[in-house]
Amino acid sequence: MENLIQVKDLFKIYEFGDIQIPALNGVSLSIEAGEFVAIMGSSGSGKSTFMNILGCLDVPTRGSYFLSGNAIGSMSRDALAQLRNQQIGFVFQGFNLLARTSALENVELPLIYGPTPARERHHLAKEALVSVGLSGREDHHPNQLSGGQQQRVAIARALVNHPSIILADEPTGNLDTKTSLEIMQLLTQLNEEQKITIILVTHEQDISTFTRRVIQFKDGLVLQDRLQHPKKTD
Amino acid sequence: MKPISSLKVALRALQINKMRSFLTMLGIIIGVGAVIVMVAIGAGAREMIAQQIASMGSNLLMVVPGATTAGGARMGGGSASSLTSDDAKAIKEECPAVKTIAPFWGGVTQVIYGNQNWNTSVTGTLPSYFEIREWALASGRNFSDQELAGAVKVAIIGKSIVENLFGSEDPLGQIIRIKKIPFTVIGVLTPKGQSSYGTDQDDTIYIPLSTAQKRVFGSRLPNRVRMIMVQAQDLSLMAAAEKQINDLLTQRHKPQGDQLADFTVRNLTEIMATAEQSAKVMSLLLGSIALVSLLVGGIGIMNIMLVSVTERTREIGIRMAVGARGIDILFQFLTESVVLSLVGGLIGIGLGVLGAELTSKFTGWNVVISILALLISFFFAAAVGIFFGYYPAHKASRLNPIDALRYE
Repeated sequence: MENLIQVKDLFKIYEFGDIQIPALNGVSLSIEAGEFVAIMGSSGSGKSTFMNILGCLDVPTRGSYFLSGNAIGSMSRDALAQLRNQQIGFVFQGFNLLARTSALENVELPLIYGPTPARERHHLAKEALVSVGLSGREDHHPNQLSGGQQQRVAIARALVNHPSIILADEPTGNLDTKTSLEIMQLLTQLNEEQKITIILVTHEQDISTFTRRVIQFKDGLVLQDRLQHPKKTD
Repeated sequence: MKPISSLKVALRALQINKMRSFLTMLGIIIGVGAVIVMVAIGAGAREMIAQQIASMGSNLLMVVPGATTAGGARMGGGSASSLTSDDAKAIKEECPAVKTIAPFWGGVTQVIYGNQNWNTSVTGTLPSYFEIREWALASGRNFSDQELAGAVKVAIIGKSIVENLFGSEDPLGQIIRIKKIPFTVIGVLTPKGQSSYGTDQDDTIYIPLSTAQKRVFGSRLPNRVRMIMVQAQDLSLMAAAEKQINDLLTQRHKPQGDQLADFTVRNLTEIMATAEQSAKVMSLLLGSIALVSLLVGGIGIMNIMLVSVTERTREIGIRMAVGARGIDILFQFLTESVVLSLVGGLIGIGLGVLGAELTSKFTGWNVVISILALLISFFFAAAVGIFFGYYPAHKASRLNPIDALRYE
């Protein structure tokens, strides 16, 4: 099976004047299409930096990154934007929804930057909202929704362009245990039913038990990369 | 992203911050409004001066008598009674640059019709007077050669005389008494309005020059005229005409020794051209002051857009994360500033037109609102929006997605 993601000797070094702070110290790994991966590690382990590079939001200082066989390092800003639009869906810890904008319009956001004609956007966004269990909430603004519902809107936004990967950065970090469980169930379902590759960053042990593969980061390096039997969600 | 989507996104953003959008627009509204009012006032002043020049007649020279000395006291220009009908005739016949002349002689006196009386200026002149001043008759006819030669008692009257003496009656053929002498009204002039000095040009009566000299305003010097109005052949021949008249009259009057020339030639067109020039400078000045306020409005837009970009850094990050390209972000913010300046421009045009009309109503000034001025200020407002909106929009479009997303 072809590797969806392949990174080799990935370095990311932040410079603050004369001081250099390494965040990634030569990470090499590959992820196949359809995997459900948890990236674990304490804060400062480089897991979020790694995630941002995977999501083409940030560029590595050194090293190579191939996504679906395309070398990311040589792509322009615009090409990267298009890649994010078409192939990657993001779910953030803080939801990152547009305030004072309805759930439906939030979900439509990726569509307006893509080739989808305007008249189809509403329909596609509505479908995505239904698939995350939020039918009837189209006109609600983020401040009228609970944390779990806001994260569902964010997941619907990530889904709406039918991406091959969903990158979730601490998706349950701002949620209570019960809601966290619901969100994990939803992600598991998307992975199993729609075969979407899901990579999630977390520091919570409980959350990582839902995935098949766990990659442990420490000091900018992969400490451990293991497979496990995922906990059943139902 | 398509332009229509860009516009929608921009309108949404402006709608969310209504008060701020309005205050930002206010700068442009005031700027455009000020430009329109100022340009309208300036254009109005110029038009008025142009009308006055036209009403006076074109290519005009005025020959006025020199000063007299009475017991050692000099009486000032025009006090001498040195010009005669013969001088006028000589100017017409001997100066090639002169097209036509109209000497005149008269005074202010009482005029009676029926039981009405009125004090007005009565001027004796030649038929050419109306031609020089481009003054048409509303009804009746001009003086004939026989009337001039025979000093016949006929009169051509202005619009205000008709109103004051005749009311709604037809004055043609009626008899009015000037200094108790009966005159037949043979013509009525078209209204000419106010002169540049604010006097009523229609409150006047014209009679043949010979009649004025011999019968109404007699003087010890026969043939005497108050002034001679001269029309040059062409604007370019004004200076030539001035010199020819000077030479001719100097030769005719022969001032002795250190005696001053007893006449002066004034170039009226030149005086009015100067007035027109100063009105032009004034309207330019008014316009540029208003442009400065439009510029200040533009800086206001830039200021707010910069604040807006900083405030919405996270939003920009989210949009970039889901696939917005730099140019999409650039267009989004540029559209916002252009919409602000265009809407502001339109409101400013509305208020400017209203302001110009009100100015005209309350001050009585002549204002001219030209479509060209409206178009120019509208496009200028758009240009201000693009110019001052570009920097903040560019700044937004160059943000690093991850830095923007992490911005607190």
